Amino acid sequence: MSIHADVNTRPPGPGRTAAARLACVLIQPFLSRVVHRTAARHPSLFARLGPHQTTDFLIDPVELPFALHLRPDPEALVFRAVPRDAAPHTGAAIRGRFLLLLELVDAEQDGDAAFFSRDLEVSGDTEAVVRLRNALDDIDGSLAEETAAMFGAPGRAMLARLRRAYLNDTKGQECI
Amino acid sequence: MSLAELICPAGTPAALRTAVDAGADAVYCGFQDATNARNFPGLNLTPDELAASVVYAHAHGTKVLLALNTYPPAGKLDLWRHAADTGARLGVDAFIVADMGVADYIAHAHPQVRLHLSVQAAASSPEAIRYYCESFGVKRVVLPRILTIPEIRQIRKEIPCEIETFIFGNHGLMVEGRCSLTNYLTGQSTNMDGVCSPASDVEYVRDADGSMSSQLAGFTIDRFGPDEKAGYPTICKGRYTAPHRPEGYYAFEEPVSLNLSRLLPELIDAGVHAFKIEGRQRSKSYVRGVVRAFRAAVDDIKAGRKANIADLLALTEGQKQTQGAFETKKWR
Ligand code: SF4
Repeated sequence: MSIHADVNTRPPGPGRTAAARLACVLIQPFLSRVVHRTAARHPSLFARLGPHQTTDFLIDPVELPFALHLRPDPEALVFRAVPRDAAPHTGAAIRGRFLLLLELVDAEQDGDAAFFSRDLEVSGDTEAVVRLRNALDDIDGSLAEETAAMFGAPGRAMLARLRRAYLNDTKGQECI
Repeated sequence: MSLAELICPAGTPAALRTAVDAGADAVYCGFQDATNARNFPGLNLTPDELAASVVYAHAHGTKVLLALNTYPPAGKLDLWRHAADTGARLGVDAFIVADMGVADYIAHAHPQVRLHLSVQAAASSPEAIRYYCESFGVKRVVLPRILTIPEIRQIRKEIPCEIETFIFGNHGLMVEGRCSLTNYLTGQSTNMDGVCSPASDVEYVRDADGSMSSQLAGFTIDRFGPDEKAGYPTICKGRYTAPHRPEGYYAFEEPVSLNLSRLLPELIDAGVHAFKIEGRQRSKSYVRGVVRAFRAAVDDIKAGRKANIADLLALTEGQKQTQGAFETKKWR
């Protein structure tokens, strides 16, 4: 199954939009902490981004109620949740299932393979996407685990549960 | 005697450590400039990163090969000379070169460092290979992916150096080091600038029905249906219409990767000294998966066991694999 089924069957509607806006507000403090902590712990990633430190990226986890806007500018980091209908115009966009995106960030999956299988879509400035991918791939360790650890044992348990769910889900797809 | 060394890709320091930890006998890498054939944005190593990487690799018994495998434009050898000087100072174990001028410089300036002849030199006959060995002291040739195993076995008998062959990864089919398709569309040269289909010229366009077009310098080179597997945006793997094929077809090659896992015993028997895994542009996940799989397979074969080769199809381009010319000349 490609990601298009997820995307194209998502019904729009006012209730959904309101829920998305609320989710964005609730998650924002968490996103700010994550991005600042990541930047502080892995400053070398900015060199690989080169001129695309100031590019706006839209990261679109297709099954979540919102997308993520990232501008990896070390002078003014932006990482915020945005309702899809209010997403800013960005230089590059990356879309896929949330846990696939998480696994890509953590080098548990290969971005090219996800692109070949059509589970991952990119649009806009391809060079920006390639730079972001290479910058993240040069990070040792797991950003997901670092993030989960910020919330102690419950955070780690939640991540483990998400990963199990993703594994079961993708295993199921192989049988179709 | 074939040692069946595994030569593994390293596009970043983290990928290099991943390859070392996964069992690479040697890693190959390049600097962040046109001196190597994977001059991609955000990829490759700075001199400081190479210094630390050499220390890490050597501490684990892994060699580091520095790719200087592009062709300097006439009169502009300085960048390549400087890269060779830096690599030698930092203790790399070999240089992988294609250009005779670069080979000649290293042979004179750094005779203590081994020279490997890149696949980009397209040396496929005993005469050509012997010329590089005699003129520049080349110790190993990376063979172009156009030879059958019987041909490799015969070449091995007629040359004074080791043979390295690709066993997995991206599989372009032009004469290696001579392809000018990217240059034709983008003005950048694969062989001199070190990049085929530069990312700055690539765009993916999603249509309303979920189809995706891949474009290079404004030209559509393929269009994939919503559930069709995709490939790299390289011209050689584009799908084109022609008067006799109005529906569009892969005129040169389809998206496919080389996978010689089943031919490893025959390659070892033919005298291949080292096996190369393509993919410096790929992620640590790819490096870990592919290197581990081939490490286990080579170790099994060397121990006289039947190799149990992991399925790597999910990592191949277009999720298709081929044994290419290694199996038969009838391939394409
Ligand atoms: S167009 Fe194809 S054959 Fe030519 S350099 Fe690129 S990948 Fe190789």
